[in-house]
Amino acid sequence: MLRDYVPVLLHIVVAIGFAVSALLVSVLLGKTGRRTRTKDSAYECGMVPEGGAQPRFSVKFYLVAMLFILFDVEIVFMYPWAVVYRESVVQSKAILWSMLSFVSVLMVGYAYALKKGALDWKK
Amino acid sequence: MDYAYIGISFAKIAGLLPVVLGIMNYSVYAERRISAFIQDRPGPNRVGPFGLLQPIADAAKFLLKEDFTPAHVNKFYYWLAPCLAMIPAILTLAVVPFGSTLFGVPMVIADINVGVLFVFAIASLGVYGIVIAGWSSNSKYPFLGGIRSSSQMLSYELALGLAVIPVFLVVGKLRLTEIVRYQIEHGWMIAPFAGDWANVGKWLLALPMLISFVVFTIAIFAETNRLPFDLPEAETELVGGYHTEYGSMKFGLFFLGEYIAMITGSAIIVTLFLGGWHLPVPSWHGGFHWALIDGSRGVLAGLFNIFIFFAKIAVLLFFFMWVRWSLPRFRYDQLMRLGWIWIFEIALVNIFLTAVILAFVKL
Repeated sequence: MLRDYVPVLLHIVVAIGFAVSALLVSVLLGKTGRRTRTKDSAYECGMVPEGGAQPRFSVKFYLVAMLFILFDVEIVFMYPWAVVYRESVVQSKAILWSMLSFVSVLMVGYAYALKKGALDWKK
Repeated sequence: MDYAYIGISFAKIAGLLPVVLGIMNYSVYAERRISAFIQDRPGPNRVGPFGLLQPIADAAKFLLKEDFTPAHVNKFYYWLAPCLAMIPAILTLAVVPFGSTLFGVPMVIADINVGVLFVFAIASLGVYGIVIAGWSSNSKYPFLGGIRSSSQMLSYELALGLAVIPVFLVVGKLRLTEIVRYQIEHGWMIAPFAGDWANVGKWLLALPMLISFVVFTIAIFAETNRLPFDLPEAETELVGGYHTEYGSMKFGLFFLGEYIAMITGSAIIVTLFLGGWHLPVPSWHGGFHWALIDGSRGVLAGLFNIFIFFAKIAVLLFFFMWVRWSLPRFRYDQLMRLGWIWIFEIALVNIFLTAVILAFVKL
């Protein structure tokens, strides 16, 4: 069981090694230029940077993150259901109805979010 | 723990990685040539015959450029972000079977039983690279690009997760090698009726599989930030988006990560829906039938399977590029509406469509 994951670990090491060595080679081979104040300033299409570096942004992004967690958990629940479904449905249809009821409860929440305009980016 | 096992795994990684990096490099070249053809201009044609050495020149340039870290950035995360953007893209390839067998060794780096869950778990880490890049740059354009990107990738991850559930309803396994095995025996996922033409139930099943395939492909477009979903780096509004403040190889790694993510995405589409490394070959030995060529027929057959797998990926990559240079970009509210209302609901209904077909129709 754990043996199956040894190649994954190996792959992680190789991937990290690749990324680090690419950066290292670039540092070693890359030219070094002069540092000036304008070169060190944030890029704003050639204008002098104005205001804070991290502007305020729409609260909708937080809503998306919250809704994502909600529905992603739902999807995770569906995977084990999907894997056993075909064997189990032969004996009893209960497995279909139970998932249908679970999802319809979630859909009430989804409908509420829609009604509240949580996903309406035009407003 | 035996050393032979580790050695073979390492050999597979060492064999696969250069191939993927090669495809990646030449897909950049292909993208530039294809976009040139679509826009009626020559494209890169100066370095070597037909410009074929262009990717090598690009790589050299990435390495030789000044490696500059601006003073206003958050240094540690600024350096971490490009690595985080690229590593997950390479890692997902570990579980994808890229061939049958070669010398009796299965051509998959890690044949783990959670297969697709591993792919989603690792692929979703890619968003950290982009968000951290946007945040650590301490600059407005990268920040907006990063924040847009995170919510876009989260939204379409739902679609990605939901779209494949019908496949598992049918196959009943998460292990990718078994999904390929199932498709060899029962026809590719987008054509479940293959080989059993008279079965009406299997023709019915083709509908949810096709929906699943389309939704999954759209979600992969969004996850890889490709046009028409490239809002995180929309040039006309955000300059370069999350990598505006990056240069030299650090930018190169983002670039690499994006293209490798495209290759991995195509590899997963191929594995789940298009039969993986399998290609039915007509045979006339003892009457006409479709022969199965796999590694049990020798090394050449094994190499043939690997070639088929990458050829399918190449076709999908061409499709990715074709779409990129044909469609305009979405507006942000359209993107969110498409993801949360259309794609999400279609994928969810599709799951129950498949479930009902499996429950009530005799297959």
